[in-house]
Amino acid sequence: MKDLPKVREFHSPVWNEPIIMEMGRKGERGILIPETEEEIKAIVGEAESYIPEKMRRKDMPKLPEVGQPQVLRHFLHLSQMCLGMETNIDAEGTATMKYSPKVNEALVRSPEMAELHPLQDEDTVQGILEIIHKLDLFLREISGLDQFTFQPPGGSMATFTHANVLRAYHAEKGEAEQRNEVVTTIFSHPCNAATSATAGFKVITLMPAKDGYPDFDALKAAISERTAGLMITNPEDTGIYNPRIKEFTDVVHEAGGLCFYDQANANGILGITRAKEAGFDACHFNLHKTFSSPHGSFGPGCAAYGVRKDLAKYLPKPVVTKHGDKYHLDYDRPDSIGKVREFHGNIPAVSRAYSWIMSLGAEGLLEVARTSVLNNNYLTKILEEIKGTTRYYAQGQYRLEQERWSWEKLTEETGVGTQDIQRRVVDYGLQSFFMSHHPWIVPEPFTPEFCESYSIDDIEYWCAVLQKISDEAYSDPDLVKSSPHRSPIHLVKYEDTDNPDTWAITWRAYLKKRGK
Amino acid sequence: MKTKKKLGLIVNPIAGMGGRVGLKGSDGPEILERAKELGARPESSKRTIDALKRLTHIREDIELVTYPHDMGENEAMACNLSPRVIGKIKKGKTSDQDTRNAAEEMLRGEVDLLLFTGGDGTARDIYSVIGDKLPALGIPSGVKIHSAVYGASPGKAGELAALYLSGNTYEVRLTEAEVMDIDEQAFREDRLSARLFGFLKVPYVKRMLQCAKAGGCAGEQDALNAIGADVINNMEADCFYIIGTGTTTRAVMEALDLNHTLLGVDAVFNGELVGSDLNEAELFEIVEGNKAKIVVGVIGSQGYIFGRGNQQISAKVINNVKKDNIIVVATMEKIATLGGAPLLVDTGDEKLDIDLSGYKQVITGLGERVMLKVEA
Repeated sequence: MKDLPKVREFHSPVWNEPIIMEMGRKGERGILIPETEEEIKAIVGEAESYIPEKMRRKDMPKLPEVGQPQVLRHFLHLSQMCLGMETNIDAEGTATMKYSPKVNEALVRSPEMAELHPLQDEDTVQGILEIIHKLDLFLREISGLDQFTFQPPGGSMATFTHANVLRAYHAEKGEAEQRNEVVTTIFSHPCNAATSATAGFKVITLMPAKDGYPDFDALKAAISERTAGLMITNPEDTGIYNPRIKEFTDVVHEAGGLCFYDQANANGILGITRAKEAGFDACHFNLHKTFSSPHGSFGPGCAAYGVRKDLAKYLPKPVVTKHGDKYHLDYDRPDSIGKVREFHGNIPAVSRAYSWIMSLGAEGLLEVARTSVLNNNYLTKILEEIKGTTRYYAQGQYRLEQERWSWEKLTEETGVGTQDIQRRVVDYGLQSFFMSHHPWIVPEPFTPEFCESYSIDDIEYWCAVLQKISDEAYSDPDLVKSSPHRSPIHLVKYEDTDNPDTWAITWRAYLKKRGK
Repeated sequence: MKTKKKLGLIVNPIAGMGGRVGLKGSDGPEILERAKELGARPESSKRTIDALKRLTHIREDIELVTYPHDMGENEAMACNLSPRVIGKIKKGKTSDQDTRNAAEEMLRGEVDLLLFTGGDGTARDIYSVIGDKLPALGIPSGVKIHSAVYGASPGKAGELAALYLSGNTYEVRLTEAEVMDIDEQAFREDRLSARLFGFLKVPYVKRMLQCAKAGGCAGEQDALNAIGADVINNMEADCFYIIGTGTTTRAVMEALDLNHTLLGVDAVFNGELVGSDLNEAELFEIVEGNKAKIVVGVIGSQGYIFGRGNQQISAKVINNVKKDNIIVVATMEKIATLGGAPLLVDTGDEKLDIDLSGYKQVITGLGERVMLKVEA
């Protein structure tokens, strides 16, 4: 076993911070705005008079009333109690938590970018339209497909966009009723199944064959004249690349279906394989994963969705086009599925991705993939030596950028499960790792991913923490099971969060459910 | 003061003795003697201890109630669990009657969970007394276990019991699991015959359905309702539907608002119940010359869709209905209990078993299917 670095002691600040709704007092203000001078008031009237009568609210909003320093203190306390992406080693698999270079942030925060308005005339936004168009061209090169949209604000929205394109495609052929089944695999991202169902398709899921590869015979058995398409991830969450992928897409095409490649996380294959050569008709990339924009839960995320030429007419509108030296927003698209997001999507994410690709070039993108695969396989060498870990499937085979591991053996021997370890890593100042999508086919799962931005020291340190927790599980399992002990919040009872009668997403719900 | 949770423990000291010496099962005194002559060693005790070790950390929060000597007392003492010992037995000469007596007392004593060590026979004995009145969980020690009421290993059974007793309702819920009963005489003659005897309420870890990332998730009942809705949405007119045994097919009958025979086979025609708890001859009479489909569930942990727990749906009946008219239903939770193993058929008709083999779409929800392999 390799000598791993010494694990540093850690303790999070514990502020016992109240909820902001519980802070301050009536009348307390952060900013006191001076009264309007009488002579100005006489000319412009009351500010309220500018709001139409029927739009004025009758009651004051129930906002917290808190002074400026108290607000600042509150949110700084909260930030100190978070293990932010840039304060620790965040190896959360499938999410590709790579470092986002600050120069790209400076770009999107520049006034030229930040003050853009989506309703500006296209003549005044030629610069940003050029960036959108050029990123489209880059992604065409990276995927081999023919046109991209940046409207979907997240991966699931991109797969939903595809499900709608899929329906539009079959509807045009008069086969929308007949072709109502989408085939996916259990280790593909769950949104492939979920968004197909949302769009009204039946979903047929393939289980892995014994070796962990998607089961080709099961695919053949699932395909019929009812097949609308295949929606699949490759490599799947297991990190295993399906080398027969072209056979998969061929079988679906022969049956008249379309093939969609979920490339939310394309970190292991950038510059190595392309959707087109694997036989796909459409794909998406999460710019907030592979292309280094920060993540954001339908906030600042962006999924680029691309299709082959004959499907481009279905893309959400508008699309950016170029005529001569001028860029346009083309709304005149009668076959478009419509809009999936207001305006043009999250343009800051587009700008960061553009800047990131420009800084790396084609060779740099290939180096990203190579480094992330190398990092993952270096991680493997250390992890398989840690007592209690198990590798699932494809024994002896290399994985790409991530792998689904199991603590099954450790659980069997000590009673400590992956959720216990996931909480315990926080005691060492590490972000909880990603366990698995559901259902848990691999028992006691965990899915680390060290993309290209982590160093060898980072990987070894992360492993040292896991090594230490494994030792603890064998010597003092209760210590791990009752963790975390050094984080801002200790072991919580999950029951309340799982019960619709007690959970509260808003302050109003909290007051109501507790009879206040 | 916090009330202690009451854990009942019943060990069948002779369960599993036949296995190591090549006998199939240990039911009946002659077989037991034969097993002992062949050098069989008690397996139950060690397996029980392996499970109880996982409960030592909640020692202060539970009261362990058990039977004397090798029916639980010894094992509890070995793990420092200070048991309250009830009942009387003849040391070294226990029988299935002792198991039932013990279960009777546990039921009277209203234990929060009844943990028992044994095999299919033990589960059957326990079930015959407690039915669905007490939550129970098996520590596996039988030769060949067909019931789904056992932990995957003794350690896992102990772990699950500890989670359940600690009141962790986030991770642990109760579900109905099959008690299967094997005819051991037939089994020793290399004929396998098992029937569904009933369902025990057992704790299970909700992990397969947890949605830590999504927040909030459908429970087992929602999944069952969705399966029921899917099946009835696709029901054809003027077609007989043969509804098999078990809890998943019950969801179909509930969706139709019809009475269901949990351990038997019913028939539905145009949304009406046309036969309850039918035997093979009655089923054959229904399907012969008529348009018919069969709806069956999957036996938990085992994967059987035909040949275990639903022998009424015989090869003769299936051959008449035809392969394409078989509808298999199962929750993802249940599929996960198979650990990647295929679905199994054992109709007694080799040709039919081979014909039924291959890939099958299993209904797992409304508009949701999983491709699973069927093997003979």
